[in-house]
Amino acid sequence: MITRKEVEHVAKLAQLEFSEAEKEMLTKQLGDILQFVEKLGELNTDGVEPTYSVVPVSNVMREDIAKPSFTQEQALANAPEKDMGFFKIPKIME
Amino acid sequence: MDIVNLSAAELAAAIKAKKLSSKEATSAFLKRIAETDGTVKSFLSVNASALKEAEQRDSELASGKSGPLYGVPVAIKDNMCLAGSKTTCASKILEDFTAPYDATVIEKLKAQGVVFLGKCNMDEFAMGSSTENSAFHTTTNPWDSSRIPGGSSGGSAAAVASRQAPLALGSDTGGSIRQPAACCGIVGLKPTYGRVSRYGLVAFASSLDQIGPFARTTEDCALLMNAVSGYDPKDSTSINRDSADHTAGLKDGVKGLRIGLPSEYFEKDPSAEGVKSVLEAAKVFEKLGAKIEKVSLPHTDYCLAVYYIIATAEASSNLARYDGVHYGFRDKDAKNLRDMYNKTRAKGFGSEVKRRIMLGTYVLSAGYYDAYYLKAQKVRTLIKRDFENVFKNFDLILTPTTPTPAFKIGEKVSDPIQMYLSDIFTISVNLAGVPGVSVPCGFSAGGLPLGLQLIGKPFEEAAMLRAAYSYEQSTDWHKRTAPVK
Repeated sequence: MITRKEVEHVAKLAQLEFSEAEKEMLTKQLGDILQFVEKLGELNTDGVEPTYSVVPVSNVMREDIAKPSFTQEQALANAPEKDMGFFKIPKIME
Repeated sequence: MDIVNLSAAELAAAIKAKKLSSKEATSAFLKRIAETDGTVKSFLSVNASALKEAEQRDSELASGKSGPLYGVPVAIKDNMCLAGSKTTCASKILEDFTAPYDATVIEKLKAQGVVFLGKCNMDEFAMGSSTENSAFHTTTNPWDSSRIPGGSSGGSAAAVASRQAPLALGSDTGGSIRQPAACCGIVGLKPTYGRVSRYGLVAFASSLDQIGPFARTTEDCALLMNAVSGYDPKDSTSINRDSADHTAGLKDGVKGLRIGLPSEYFEKDPSAEGVKSVLEAAKVFEKLGAKIEKVSLPHTDYCLAVYYIIATAEASSNLARYDGVHYGFRDKDAKNLRDMYNKTRAKGFGSEVKRRIMLGTYVLSAGYYDAYYLKAQKVRTLIKRDFENVFKNFDLILTPTTPTPAFKIGEKVSDPIQMYLSDIFTISVNLAGVPGVSVPCGFSAGGLPLGLQLIGKPFEEAAMLRAAYSYEQSTDWHKRTAPVK
């Protein structure tokens, strides 16, 4: 249903990492869940439109008018690391 | 005056009549929290300035301000931003996050003069049915502390059931208000999608999430609905239409109302306690003058599968923002940026959240999108049509909220699918975007509360509440109070 290799690939896509034991458990649990959802295959959905949202609105626009927003200090208040008014991150390249 | 046992409507009336101050009311609930929260564990944080806020409300009342909930204390699920307070989502990744702004519902409640008691426990990121997925602690059921209070809004439900708060807000993505309301023996309502603004609610599955009220009476539930609903330009899925008064017509009765009982919800396990109690409730509705008939929602069996594809897909996208850069937890030992992302998320999220991110990422990934995600969205259309078809001839749908009463803590933690099945009767409502309310409808042989679910047409919460009120007035389940030991 889902292989351990696929679990590793999906973990990479999702920016997560797991121990070997966790990978084993996830392979089984995700496999069980995927098997459970397989039943959707029983239904013929030819010509049925997908429902991405139940509300009859799309592309809601507004006038491009500036409204009050955070100060730099407020925006940075929860930052794990900051420096001179910037968000600070670890180095990107070795 | 037995303050903590008063309804919100009674509290508001007493405060308005100056028989009680907001400060006295607030301090009675804070005292109740101090006495009982060692056992119930509803709260993640109690508002240290609640009494000061109550004093402020009292002086505003003295200067002539008033409102249907003025001075009444309210508890909030910890996934809604309340400026200056911790908003953790019961997750390590947001453990130290202080909300820099108010959610629209909070802004509205402030304008209505309520007092905030604190933030309530929940399953991490609202993913779960028991609060066992909270990174901090498990809330216990006020009727039996060895059992779960339901989830994900278990803290909010337990707070109201144990009279730590007269009212609370929760959020409901697949049953997270209605299922804990049923487990705790109180009223819990999920509004029509688009009725209540989601601005400032931490996103889980954006096409399903709605904020809604918990209360011990239907009338209180209607009052809190009035306070929080309405169009909000800050939420582009909020619907711009006249806001309804949910208390108007509450006492008009159910005579002539057509209520459908969907066979699929009753036939699978007709001996389940939750199912039997609702069949009894149907007789009460009939006696009150409603017309009861069997109906069919033929795609019921597919709801859970559709939900676990759509909800996890949306969650995997929404939770991509927790990257340790702008706010929230960061793993400080990481060597480089990518390592920081991975370690931050691996250590910051709990196992259920990671499981759902993985599932959601998988169903959206190249090669699987059509088979899982697109297929689920198409079946969602069929589920929505089922409801539209029934609502051509019926005003309301009546079902059990849960098949069984609250289960034991630990009973389902190791089997995700068993846990997911707790929401089997509530999920369809979110997929279809219609409103649903859970109302107490009896007790199990073991003395645990059971709930019935009324489902309404889009934006017809008032009809749903009218039926709930009629039922409540002709039964006395809601008058029993949780022992909280």
